[in-house]
Amino acid sequence: MIAIVDYGVGNLFSLKSSLLAIGAEAKVTGDADEIRSAEKIILPGVGAFEDAARKLREGGLAEVVVSEARAGKPVLGICLGMQMLFERSYEYGEHEGLGLIPGEVRPIADVIPKGLKIPHIGWNALDFGGVTSPIFKHIKEGDCVYFVHSYYAANCDEYVIARSEYGAPLTAAVARDNVFGCQFHPEKSGKVGLGILRAFCEMENTK
Amino acid sequence: MITKRIIPCLDVKNGRVVKGVNFEGLSDVSSPVELAAYYSECGADELVFYDITASAEGRRLFTDVLTEVASKVFIPLTVGGGINTLEDFDRVLKCGADKVSVNTGAIRNPSLIYEAAKRYGDQCVVLSADVKRVDGVFRVFAKGGRENTGMDALEWIRRGVESGAGEIVVNSIDTDGVKQGFDLEMLRAVCDIVSVPVIASGGAGKIDDFVKLFKEIPCVDAGLAASIFHFREVAIPDLKKTLAESGIPMRI
Repeated sequence: MIAIVDYGVGNLFSLKSSLLAIGAEAKVTGDADEIRSAEKIILPGVGAFEDAARKLREGGLAEVVVSEARAGKPVLGICLGMQMLFERSYEYGEHEGLGLIPGEVRPIADVIPKGLKIPHIGWNALDFGGVTSPIFKHIKEGDCVYFVHSYYAANCDEYVIARSEYGAPLTAAVARDNVFGCQFHPEKSGKVGLGILRAFCEMENTK
Repeated sequence: MITKRIIPCLDVKNGRVVKGVNFEGLSDVSSPVELAAYYSECGADELVFYDITASAEGRRLFTDVLTEVASKVFIPLTVGGGINTLEDFDRVLKCGADKVSVNTGAIRNPSLIYEAAKRYGDQCVVLSADVKRVDGVFRVFAKGGRENTGMDALEWIRRGVESGAGEIVVNSIDTDGVKQGFDLEMLRAVCDIVSVPVIASGGAGKIDDFVKLFKEIPCVDAGLAASIFHFREVAIPDLKKTLAESGIPMRI
């Protein structure tokens, strides 16, 4: 079973539906025991970093996600869920993340040329930059995925497995051992997105 | 590079897709779920569903349809029609909508945009404006294009973006259903005053109309159409291929 961590932010209907569509067993849950017993964990998220990180901690789920990830269970963070995998974010102040991947989250306005619209919203192509990741085994470089974000993961070069060009190369996906993150929404990225979720579902649990 | 989006629009009444010419003379076209799956397969970048039902029963049918679409089609879904309150936002977001489009509801209650953007984020709120020239001035129309509000359209759109609308759909009543091309003059005027994505609607009749749209107004992000897609007058794969060959960034 794949646990979709429910900590009171965002709409998890599409994510759950997309996993069911590829034949995965998925459950939206905020129950720590259920998350611990799941084979894999997906950490979703929309909205503001500070609010989301606080809710995840208050519910005690941050600890669960971190300990399960450190024990080797495959974890996938999506959008804000990916951003929370990092050490900290500079979205309206400075806020601590889960620290599973070294790096930080910064405004895309800092790196893209003036005049480009923010948020970066729409379909953009993935550039693997010569890196091969098992999460992309069913898709190819240049495939497009759907983004909606105003912040991006910075200072994490070592863990970047894909970038997308939007006036500057923005971090699109990251991986560190069994921990993966997508800035884009695989559950809204058509067949390509389903291919990425399928690859995640096929990951070996190294726990 | 971000690609330009091609967006089929499905007007839904009593659970079925309909399309009017100049908003009148509706004719039944097909099943929303079938059409949505077909479009997603064809490469549509996003889908817009407008609920044009007035009755509570029709509204319930619409949310059923939306739920079914969202459990089978995995591209962004925008929902509009009858969105007057935050509860309406909640109702459609729970059924799998990603963005919610407001029109007459925001005209009646302009704080709706601000309140919704605050609760769900700017990216979730789309301001859809039905615009028509009256004595040479762009005016906002309400109630599906039937009622002149007397408001200056550019001022209305500018205020909408200030309040938190993350995207603007500009629907030209003057070109809608005429199939002679998008309203480039109107779109240029809107692009000049906003910094959020602009979606062009009304007037597409053939592939060339889209080429012209994206070539002449590079800051337009998406082209939206209904009947030309529903009646297969323009096939989305052909459209996207031609656009890509013309140098327009496309998701193929």
